[in-house]
Amino acid sequence: MAVVKLNAVGKTYPNGFEAVKPSSFTIADGEFVVLVGPSGCGKSTLLRMVAGLEEITAGTLNIGDREVNDVDPADRDIAMVFQNYALYPHMTVRKNIGYGLKNRGTTADTIEAKVQEAAKMLNLTELLDRKPSQLSGGQRQRVAMGRAVVRDPSLFLFDEPLSNLDAKLRNQMRIEIKALQRRLGVTSIYVTHDQVEAMTMADRIIVLNSGEIEQIGTPAEIYHSPASTFVASFMGAPPMNLIEARVEEGEIRVNGGASIGPAGRCPSGPIQLGVRPEDVELGGAGQTPFDISIVEELGAHRLLHGHLGGQPFTVHVGKEVAAAPGTTQIHLKPEALRLFDSQTGKAM
Amino acid sequence: MKRAGFTTIWLPVALLLPQLMIIAIFFYWPAGWAVQSSFYLQDPFGFGSTFVGLENYTDLGSNSEYLRIAWFTVIYTCLVTFFSLAIALLLAVKADKVIRSARTYRTLLMWVYAIAPPVAGFMGIMFFDQRTGPITDAFQVFGWDYKLGVNYTDTATAMVIAAVWKQIPVNFIFFLSGLQSIPRSVNEAAIIDNRSSTSRFWQVTFPLLAPTTFFLLIINITYALFDTFGIIDTLLKGEPGNNPMTLVYKVYLDGFRGNDLGGSSAQSVILMVLVLILTVFQFRLIERRIHYT
Ligand SMILES: Nc1ncnc2c1ncn2[C@@H]1O[C@H](COP(=O)(O)OP(=O)(O)O)[C@@H](O)[C@H]1O
Ligand SMILES: [Mg+2]
Repeated sequence: MAVVKLNAVGKTYPNGFEAVKPSSFTIADGEFVVLVGPSGCGKSTLLRMVAGLEEITAGTLNIGDREVNDVDPADRDIAMVFQNYALYPHMTVRKNIGYGLKNRGTTADTIEAKVQEAAKMLNLTELLDRKPSQLSGGQRQRVAMGRAVVRDPSLFLFDEPLSNLDAKLRNQMRIEIKALQRRLGVTSIYVTHDQVEAMTMADRIIVLNSGEIEQIGTPAEIYHSPASTFVASFMGAPPMNLIEARVEEGEIRVNGGASIGPAGRCPSGPIQLGVRPEDVELGGAGQTPFDISIVEELGAHRLLHGHLGGQPFTVHVGKEVAAAPGTTQIHLKPEALRLFDSQTGKAM
Repeated sequence: MKRAGFTTIWLPVALLLPQLMIIAIFFYWPAGWAVQSSFYLQDPFGFGSTFVGLENYTDLGSNSEYLRIAWFTVIYTCLVTFFSLAIALLLAVKADKVIRSARTYRTLLMWVYAIAPPVAGFMGIMFFDQRTGPITDAFQVFGWDYKLGVNYTDTATAMVIAAVWKQIPVNFIFFLSGLQSIPRSVNEAAIIDNRSSTSRFWQVTFPLLAPTTFFLLIINITYALFDTFGIIDTLLKGEPGNNPMTLVYKVYLDGFRGNDLGGSSAQSVILMVLVLILTVFQFRLIERRIHYT
C-alpha cells in the first residue's frame, strides 16, 4: 500500500515519438485509479513506466517514499496483470502463482501457504496442478490475479486485463477485481479503453488523449462536468450530445431558434453546447423542436435518435415515455447544459 | 468436409509412380544392394565374391581402428552439436535483445548457411594453414605449435571448428524465431517476478525454447554424423593417413579407396540402422512434442 506520485513524467520513444507528454498526478493510498482513453493514446506506455518496463524519459516517479526511476521492476514492490494473462506456459498454476515469491527467497512452506490462500480467494484450489493451456480464459485471468495478489504488493497495475474475455465474463470479473481490491486495500492503476469499466470501477478516472491528460476526476465529475468535448464524447454511452450553438445576449440559441437556456457569464459568440441524452424532457414546457427519426427500444428505456436544428441529437427516455418518429418539442434541463469553446473544445 | 476421391485406382498409382521410382532407384535398390553385399567378401580385382555370412560385421567389432573411429565420431558429434547449438543460442539471445525484428542480422548470418560443406572445409584450411593461416598464427602466439593434417588433435580441432562454424547460422535462425515467438508480456511478467536475468533465462526462456532445442538437437546430430563429409574430405585433402575421421568418411575410404566393398557395405548398413533409430526417435518426439498453447 503506497502513495504513487508522478511528477512531470513523460515518455519519448527512441524514434522521437512523444507517446506521453509530461504528466503529474498523485494517487492516494488504497485508491483505485483508472486510466482511460482511446487506443494508442499512451495508457500502456504510462503504466509500463510505472512498472519499470519502459524507461522514464522525463520527470520523476515515486512509489511510497522512494523515487523509483532507476529501480528494477522486481524491486518496485508492484504486481502487474497483463491483457493476454502472460502466464508461464510451462509451469503449473501453483508454480505460476508462487514464482515471484520463490525468487524473493520465501521459504517453500510459506509459499505453499500463500498460494493456497490466494487460490482459495480466487476459486483456483482445484486447478492448482493444471497448466495454463488447460484453463479457460476466465480461469487464466484469475490465475494472473492470483499471481499479483500473492506477492502482497504495494501497487497493482492492470493493463486491459478484461479485454480478452467475453462480455458476460467481463462484467463478472469487473466486479470480482473491484471487490478484491477493496478487500485488500492495495493502491491500483487500471488501464482500459472501455469507458464502462472506467466508470464502474474507478475511485478516480484519468482521461488520456494523444499522450496528454484531458481530465482527472471522480466518475461523477467526469460524467457530469467533462473538461472538454473529447471527454464529453468519449465517456458515456450514448455519448453527450454536442451541437453547434450561439450565445446571444446571455441566451443559448441553436440556428437562430428560440432560447434553449441561459448562458450564464459566457460571452456572446459561437459555442459547442453539450447535454447528456438523459437530461432532456419530452413535451411539457418544451419549446425546442426535435425531429425523431429512429426509436431504439432497449427494454428499461428508449433512445430517440434524430436531429435538433439539423444536427444529430439523441434523447434518452424511460420506458413509460411514449415516443414515435416525427417532430416533438423538448426541454433541455438548464442546469445540465455544458458549454464548450467552439475552437479549443475546452469547457467554459 | 468433403473429401476429393479418385474413381479408379490407376490414376493415383500413375501419379505416384515417378516418386516411387525415384525412391526405389536411389534409395531402396542401393540400400538392398548394400545389405546384400555386406554378407559377401568382394575380390579386390572384381573377380567374383564369396559369401561370408556375418563375418564383415564381426570383423568390424574386433577392428580397433574402426572402434577408434566410431569413438571419435561420437565425440565429434557431441562437440559439434553442443558448440553449434550453444554458440547459436548465445548469439540469438543477444540478437533478440538488440532488435526485435532482426531481419538484416538474420540475412547476414544466413549467408554462411549457403556455403557448401567443401567450401567451408576449404576456408577452414585457409584459416588453419600451416604457413599463412591467421588462426594458426593466433595459436602460435599462445605457444600452440598448430599443425593441420599432421597432428591428430590439431586436425580434429579444425574439423570441429569448421563444422560448428557452418552450422551456427541455421541454428541461430531457429533459435531467434523461437525466442521471438515467446510473448513479450511473458518475458515482462518474468522481469517483474525475478530480478536475475540469468535465472530468468534458465527458468522461463529456456524451457519455452525446449521444442526448438529438441528439434535442433536431432538436426545437428544428423548433420555432424553425415553432412560433415565434405568438410572432412576437404580438410584431409584425400590423405587420411593417421588423421581423425568420422564413420561416414570411413565407409567412403574403405569402399572406394580400399576396394573392400563387403566391409564398407557392412559399415553403411550400421549407419542406416543408426539413421533409422534417429528417425524413429524424432517422430516419437514430434508426436509428443512439447507444445504450450
Ligand atoms: N517502442 C515504441 N516505439 C515507438 N512508438 C511506440 C512504441 N511503443 C508504443 N509506441 C506508440 O506510442 C503510442 C502509445 O502506445 P500505447 O501506450 O501502447 O497506447 P495504448 O493507449 O493503446 O496502450 C502509440 O501511438 C504507439 O504507436
Ligand atoms: Mg495498451
